[in-house]
Amino acid sequence: MIATSKTPLDHFRTPLLQTPFHARTAPANRLNHWGPWAGYMTALCYGDSDMEYTAIRNGASVYDLCPMVKYAVRGREAAAYLNRLTIRNAAKLSVGGVHYTVWCDDAGKILDDGTLFRHAEDHYVICCQERHLGWLLDSAEGFEVTVEEITEDIAALSLQGPCSATVLGAAGFDVSALKPFRMARFPFEGGEITVSRTGFTGDLGYELWMAPDQALPFWDHLFAAGAPWNIRPIGTDALNLARIEAGFIITNMDFIPADQALREDRPRSPLEMGLDWMIDWEKGHFTGRRALLAEREKGSDWALIGLEVPGNISAEGSILYYGKKVEAGFITAAAWSPSVKKSIALAQVPARHRGGHDLWVEIYALRELQYVKLMLPVTVVERPFFNPARKRATPPGRV
Amino acid sequence: MTHDAVIIGAGHNGLVTACYLARAGLKVCVVEKNDWIGGAAVSRELYPGFTYSNCSYVASLFRPEIMRDLELPKHGLQILPYEGGAVFKEDGGYLGMFRDHDANRREFARHSKRDAEAYDRYSRDVLRFCRFIRPMLLRTPPDPSTFRPRDLSELMWLGRKMGEMSERQIAETVRFWTMSISDYLDEYFESPVIKGYLAVSAIIGTALGPMSPGSAYVLLHHYMGDVDGNVGAWGYARGGMGSITRALTQSLLAAGGEVRAGTGVEQILVSGGRATGVVLSNGDVIKGRRVISNMDVKRTFLKHVPEAELPGDFVKRVKAFKIRGSSGKLNIALDSAPVFPALPEGAPNIRGDLHFTDSVEKMERAYDDWKAGQFSRDPFQDCMIPTMIDPTMTPPGKHFMSCFVQYAPPKIEGRDWTDADRDAFGQTCLDQIARYSPGFKDRVLHVEVRTPRELEAEVGLTEGNIFQGELTFDQLLFNRPVPGYAQYRSPIRDLWMCGSSTHPGGGVMGAPGRNAAAEVLREMKHPSGMSEAYAVI
Repeated sequence: MIATSKTPLDHFRTPLLQTPFHARTAPANRLNHWGPWAGYMTALCYGDSDMEYTAIRNGASVYDLCPMVKYAVRGREAAAYLNRLTIRNAAKLSVGGVHYTVWCDDAGKILDDGTLFRHAEDHYVICCQERHLGWLLDSAEGFEVTVEEITEDIAALSLQGPCSATVLGAAGFDVSALKPFRMARFPFEGGEITVSRTGFTGDLGYELWMAPDQALPFWDHLFAAGAPWNIRPIGTDALNLARIEAGFIITNMDFIPADQALREDRPRSPLEMGLDWMIDWEKGHFTGRRALLAEREKGSDWALIGLEVPGNISAEGSILYYGKKVEAGFITAAAWSPSVKKSIALAQVPARHRGGHDLWVEIYALRELQYVKLMLPVTVVERPFFNPARKRATPPGRV
Repeated sequence: MTHDAVIIGAGHNGLVTACYLARAGLKVCVVEKNDWIGGAAVSRELYPGFTYSNCSYVASLFRPEIMRDLELPKHGLQILPYEGGAVFKEDGGYLGMFRDHDANRREFARHSKRDAEAYDRYSRDVLRFCRFIRPMLLRTPPDPSTFRPRDLSELMWLGRKMGEMSERQIAETVRFWTMSISDYLDEYFESPVIKGYLAVSAIIGTALGPMSPGSAYVLLHHYMGDVDGNVGAWGYARGGMGSITRALTQSLLAAGGEVRAGTGVEQILVSGGRATGVVLSNGDVIKGRRVISNMDVKRTFLKHVPEAELPGDFVKRVKAFKIRGSSGKLNIALDSAPVFPALPEGAPNIRGDLHFTDSVEKMERAYDDWKAGQFSRDPFQDCMIPTMIDPTMTPPGKHFMSCFVQYAPPKIEGRDWTDADRDAFGQTCLDQIARYSPGFKDRVLHVEVRTPRELEAEVGLTEGNIFQGELTFDQLLFNRPVPGYAQYRSPIRDLWMCGSSTHPGGGVMGAPGRNAAAEVLREMKHPSGMSEAYAVI
């Protein structure tokens, strides 16, 4: 039996879908500044990225998460399957919990990262950036599980910022006891919404999951409740700045998924991306384990590092040099950070340069049509670059 | 007077060779048997006001280095990318193809959610093979049996290319070159119609079925081209495929070359073991310091060279060269645009390739008929309506439709095709189209039906094989067309080959023509004036 979708024949007229929140996000998008994300129209900026970013760090911001790709994994062996699929221990994730995870190919190279939600003993949801149904189904051979793509069945918002818990409280959802990476369910208009204390900003924040037909009433309810805290929708540009400060990586921006890489040398392993902390070597076999063990033995080729760059000019898209001469990796994300008042960057470097000794960045800064070329020494620093205590506090501070 | 080179056949490869040699300062003359030029890249007006693409009908493989070197854009060449494509299903549905990534994924998901998400990995894997093979197109294959420095260094280059791949990728590559497209697609997809669409490129021009080992490589041959860097994409030559050979002819004339159309070569003159010119069918003699044949290897050596001049072993290998015809062609002038009711109003799919074979199994059954010496009762057709995009080929509102058809055997149950066979073949194809496009036949103003018989008689392709020899692994690289003679030379001094029988094979690619010119100039120690093959980075 082949699973098919009920897409209308004339889908080609709207190759970019609108999310269930579109009736609200469209009028809010004063600039009409949209970009494609996973087949959806997504707001890059509603009106002013600086103000939107400030809402993340000062008040309450709302990001439309619907385009995130989602798969439901159900069945008696769901935990065993996910343990085989991903590098982290999915069995240890308790019901009502969420964790960040990664899955690899047989060569131990990352296919994608994402968050794994455990709704019941035998029911998980994977949320990720890229599409993997073929891989997920192939990996399910021999396990008593079903894997279903459910992206369009769920609408989601990310509510982030120091006032986010307060806003939820005002909306009638008491999340004061909800710890980071835990979920809670609340009734809403005859249905139910799920709140998880998760996010991509490195700040206090929640992700709100609901059925698509709840989307508009929920939006209206949330924005009415959040008005005193200047709740505002934010676009991808503001979110991207916040995630760089949080030191988070994005598939296809900070690494190429192994199954999309044309050039064989492009994929990266979890060790190379600094994600070895989540590997459970003891849980039994998982896809890529043998290759990763070998890599742990002989050492990795690459390393992902966080950098501070002198001055106030963003190093986006720059090449790194050892001793100002020999190419030594490249910047994958960079920004002037308003929250730490530094120029920060994520970079991939050959593993021998992970310490950052005599490492330089060559920046081409475009100023009035001309490039100003800078060669600046960089310093390796710990991530996250910005790590406020309010992110972890339970109960969260009331504002 | 004696020319520096006499080139037999004004097809695209002959003209490419001629252009490069003329630009290097050689005195060249291209001899063409037909009154028109173009070979299989030809556009004729068979119905007043309608320009046809009589043989080849789409462009992708033609090397951009050649277009640039020979200034073909200046001489009028324009390649138009096209969008769309669809397979019409027997149950009334269809599978559409879209240039937009998300639209294409949603369309695939109508047929299989899994396949929709597997397609990217499939495309990536095939693109990897393309990246491996593309740098080989504009290089003369090494002869592995010699110890000449150049052959050794080319073999080392090949070895290095293999060495750049992981062990796993080498295994994948070798598997892909040798397996059937049906088996390959089964590793990625579950939907019969999706597999039916994707298998097409593996059988076009080939006397193999989708379940025959070796068919996967043929798919690669159709994917390794590009339209302006978009690898795997196909386009139309504005004004029909003949505009490619027209631009080449203009380029040749501008470089001082000469084309003599209307009288074919009867015999290649050989004296003292060297080619010295050609005798035309009207008795005229054209003298040349070298003769370069754009005809296929069988036609060249079995019909136009005295057998006594050739080593027996060579003749034996040439006779054994597989060049089985497998296809026919319908060229149709239409009074108005055909309508396919299965497609929604305004669907762009009609601007691309249209098929009526909705599974690999049906394709294989069509091949079964070929094996039995018959044309397929339920043939596979690759139909295109270039006038949906190109405004220059017909009067406004009228259309030209090109239908490539498989399978059609070189002989019907061992005997020659008759006019009645040809007409029945044409009718079978028209009936098939009309099943999906009501009223189609009423729109038809004129049909040119070409079976392997016509392709051989008019275009000169032995058995009607469009690639001048099958693209199976045993007939590629240093084995094409004959081991020991893959470097565009022949057993007769100064008799060269430049057609699709040579590496890297068929399609409107021009690479054999350019490589042959490079060899001629190298032997003369003459600078080639060719741009380097574009790097694959």
